[in-house]
Amino acid sequence: MSTATTNGKKAAQVHRPSKVGQLATWVDDRTGIAGVAKKQVRKVFPDHWSFMLGEIALWSFVVLLLTGTFLTLWFKPSMGEVVYNGSYDQLRGVSMSEAYASALHLSFDVRGGLLMRQIHHWAAMLFIAAMFVHMMRIYFTGAFRKPRELNWVIGCLLLLLGSLEGFTGYSLPDDLLSGTGLRAAGGFILAIPVVGTYISFFLFGGEFPGDAIIPRLYTAHVLLIPAVLLALIGLHMLLLVYQKHTQYAGPGRTNDNVVGYPMMPVYAAKAGGFFFIVFGVSALMGGLMSINPVWRYGPYDPSQVTAGSQPDWYMGWPDGALRIMPGWETHAFGFTLSWNIFLPIIVLPGLMFTILLMLPFIENWITGDKRDHHLLQRPRNAPTRTATMVALMTFIGLLWAAGGNDIMAIKFNLNLNYITYFIRVMVFVGPVVAFLITRRWCISLQRADRDRLLHGYESGVIMRSPEGAYAEKHLPISTGETFALTSREHDDIPAMPSDADENGVANHKVWLTRLRVRLARFWYSGNIETPSREELEAARHHADDELAEQELAEYHDSHVQHDRHGIETGEVGKH
Amino acid sequence: MRLLTARLSTKRRSPIAGLVVVLLGLLLTGGGYALLSPASAQSGTASQSTVQQGRQLFLVGCSSCHGEHGEGIVTKRGTQYGPPLAGVGAAAVDFQVGTGRMPMARPGAQAQKKKVLYNDQEISALAAYVASLAPGPAIPDPSTYNTTNVDTQSIVRGGEFFRTNCTACHNFAAAGGALPGGKYAPSLHGVSNKHIYEALLTGPQQMPVFSDGVLQPSEKRDIIAYLNSVMANPDYGGAELGSAGPVSEGLFAWLIGIGACVGFAIWIASHSTRSTRSTRSRKGASA
Ligand code: HEC
Ligand code: HEC
Ligand code: HEM
Repeated sequence: MSTATTNGKKAAQVHRPSKVGQLATWVDDRTGIAGVAKKQVRKVFPDHWSFMLGEIALWSFVVLLLTGTFLTLWFKPSMGEVVYNGSYDQLRGVSMSEAYASALHLSFDVRGGLLMRQIHHWAAMLFIAAMFVHMMRIYFTGAFRKPRELNWVIGCLLLLLGSLEGFTGYSLPDDLLSGTGLRAAGGFILAIPVVGTYISFFLFGGEFPGDAIIPRLYTAHVLLIPAVLLALIGLHMLLLVYQKHTQYAGPGRTNDNVVGYPMMPVYAAKAGGFFFIVFGVSALMGGLMSINPVWRYGPYDPSQVTAGSQPDWYMGWPDGALRIMPGWETHAFGFTLSWNIFLPIIVLPGLMFTILLMLPFIENWITGDKRDHHLLQRPRNAPTRTATMVALMTFIGLLWAAGGNDIMAIKFNLNLNYITYFIRVMVFVGPVVAFLITRRWCISLQRADRDRLLHGYESGVIMRSPEGAYAEKHLPISTGETFALTSREHDDIPAMPSDADENGVANHKVWLTRLRVRLARFWYSGNIETPSREELEAARHHADDELAEQELAEYHDSHVQHDRHGIETGEVGKH
Repeated sequence: MRLLTARLSTKRRSPIAGLVVVLLGLLLTGGGYALLSPASAQSGTASQSTVQQGRQLFLVGCSSCHGEHGEGIVTKRGTQYGPPLAGVGAAAVDFQVGTGRMPMARPGAQAQKKKVLYNDQEISALAAYVASLAPGPAIPDPSTYNTTNVDTQSIVRGGEFFRTNCTACHNFAAAGGALPGGKYAPSLHGVSNKHIYEALLTGPQQMPVFSDGVLQPSEKRDIIAYLNSVMANPDYGGAELGSAGPVSEGLFAWLIGIGACVGFAIWIASHSTRSTRSTRSRKGASA
């Protein structure tokens, strides 16, 4: 059970054919499924907590499917007007949409309904948050590199669709917050030049709010988007299994194998267990922490609005961009172009998503790397990449903060306007500073790794030399760690092309190649190379000598204590 | 009075508390009537001695900012130490001093609530004095904001008024909200009926005045009744997370949700690393 296995070509043999075994053979003879299944059973998954982040997303999606299905049994996606007559006193007799009334009914009159609503909503927040952290892991460790670019693209689509799914869900209950969100979305669409009004008209089936939007969103929320999500998740997992898992460098772990546990039974048991943990966490949150208390918002009424109207967190950053955007508008030919809305809400998210999607391809274009990669990189070993993502995260983080500017103002007693001015500046400065700091930081860590390889680790033992100088004793690191630290690919910096090749034929698009080379040089610049074999061996010898000297010193210490002069002239303690 | 009514709103369900409140209320209103009624009289004919007492208090505590006759003091930069008080009415004084906003401790974007510095009698005297400067809204009669006999229908109506008129600044759960320039609409939790009513009448700072023409007295009372009744509700969904809306929910999703899940992932992975280590030391781990 604890024996790690690689993806062997040969499957385990079934020894004693049982009844089940016979049935299996029967099925296999006809379908050939065993070939596939055996492969799956022998599939190996490496073990590291960061490989389980994606699982959080997967399992919270399963929780969403389960709880969402429960909600559909009572939820009525209709904007027809009814008079509320349920258990919640403070709204009894108010006329509202059927959707809102059924959300109240779910909350107060269906056994477990409120719990299910809250689990559903918390799981939605977790789902997208988990996709986020999962994606960070993929990016920071270079797991998106060839041959896994396609899975990166699928992941990006999942993130986009997940956010959309979340937004459609948020809009369903038709409370004041939902309606305000829809109203805002309607406004955003209207801000698209030329076609905005048409799109809005088609979407809402006429003027906002109309009575078509909730049923339409419902179809998207419970059918369309989940189906696409499910298909994409399936594809994502298939590719994962087919391409096998990446792993961190370590003894016995190479670019050609996967070390870890076979899918059955260890990994399956663990993954299954993890499902219950994720379910448990969402259920606890749903049971103990209020989320989207629709009864307090009241039914949607276009004439009302509440302080603290915000989208769910994953939509918070475009909202933040909107909040800090100066009010630019252009009036031309009797039309108004609302840059103040169009840029932050339509252009910016589109741009950011494109950047996210293209990251692997941009990196690949710069480095010109055509190799397959199954070993992960530590973030420090790709400083420019790491710094790029940290800069992007800083940008998004600042916008996210701007999206909660009013909450920050009231909770921390700050001036709303100052927060806005501050963030307006910081969205430009912050990412640059973050980029530079992260890059330097990574390079310093590389240097520390190199020192560790050459001089060993700090033992914490302070030595005093006979001259009275103090020095910390360094001890050699383990072979395993040496292996992990040295298994780094060497930088492959391309040469600058000349205007013409050796035959005098003009180089096509030489400026583009030059740009690429320049970028590649920047990409790798500052990297500290791992020590060569010779350097390592020299260091090892040095360490051995030092150890010997140490022992000598200790020997002297214990035997020649009465004659200190003898040692003082020695070389003891010198590095 | 403020304390009493606060208890009235939170412990409305306990019969004993109700009885005590009613008794105390009777005592206070009955006993206080002789003393206070001139100040709160609608006609504004406060007894001369009360006004005189108020004037003395005003000269000591308020005139440094509001001027010796409540005419207001303008700073060199054209802003005000304190605005003119003629016409703000007794209700404004009762609200400002009764919630501890006045005398203002230090200049700032907005007067902060703090400990009330004057007793009820002194507050009435101050109110009587300011009311004597020019007519303004009087301190409301307790019957106007008494919500004990308000029926559900009126509470529901109060909720609709609240959502239409107040949530934009005070938030859907009356938890408060930020306004531009460092100002804010405070949380309405623990504010007495009387002070809610007076805030509506006088519109402190950024808050609009909801005069009787805008919201009738019974509508004001319904809003108060609604606030009391929702605040007496249990937290149906569990911890309210500050009732600040999706921002705090998002924060908790990350801190608690992702925090716990990642914590468990690390725990699970570390429990197998132990066995992996034993595997590693064995030869042929990657057979
Ligand atoms: C440090 C200066 C200062 C002192 C002392 C002070 N006030 Fe004020 N007062 C202000 C300012 C500034 C405002 C307006 C801003 C605000 O309400 O936050 C104000 C507003 C008021 C208002 C509301 C006016 C309106 O338009 O509704 C009343 C009533 C009032 N003060 C009464 C008093 C009384 C009574 C005292 C003495 C007990 C007092 N103030 C002491 C500075 C002061
Ligand atoms: C334009 C925004 C705005 C609206 C709308 C508004 N308020 Fe206010 N409200 C404020 C501000 C700002 C203050 C704080 C005034 C101060 O501190 O001087 C306040 C203060 C109050 C207070 C005093 C709270 C305390 O802590 O003493 C009450 C009560 C109150 N409002 C109730 C209401 C009610 C009820 C409504 C709806 C009918 C309402 N407000 C509508 C902005 C608003
Ligand atoms: C990835 C997937 C999903 C996400 C991110 C998501 C998100 C959400 C959110 C944020 C809400 C608002 C909940 C609230 O009222 O507080 C919601 C409501 C709802 N969801 Fe989902 N959901 C997902 C999948 C599903 C599925 C698969 C179904 C059904 C099969 C479903 C059915 C519903 C229903 C019926 C509601 C409205 C009920 C209510 O608001 O009370 N959801 N969803």
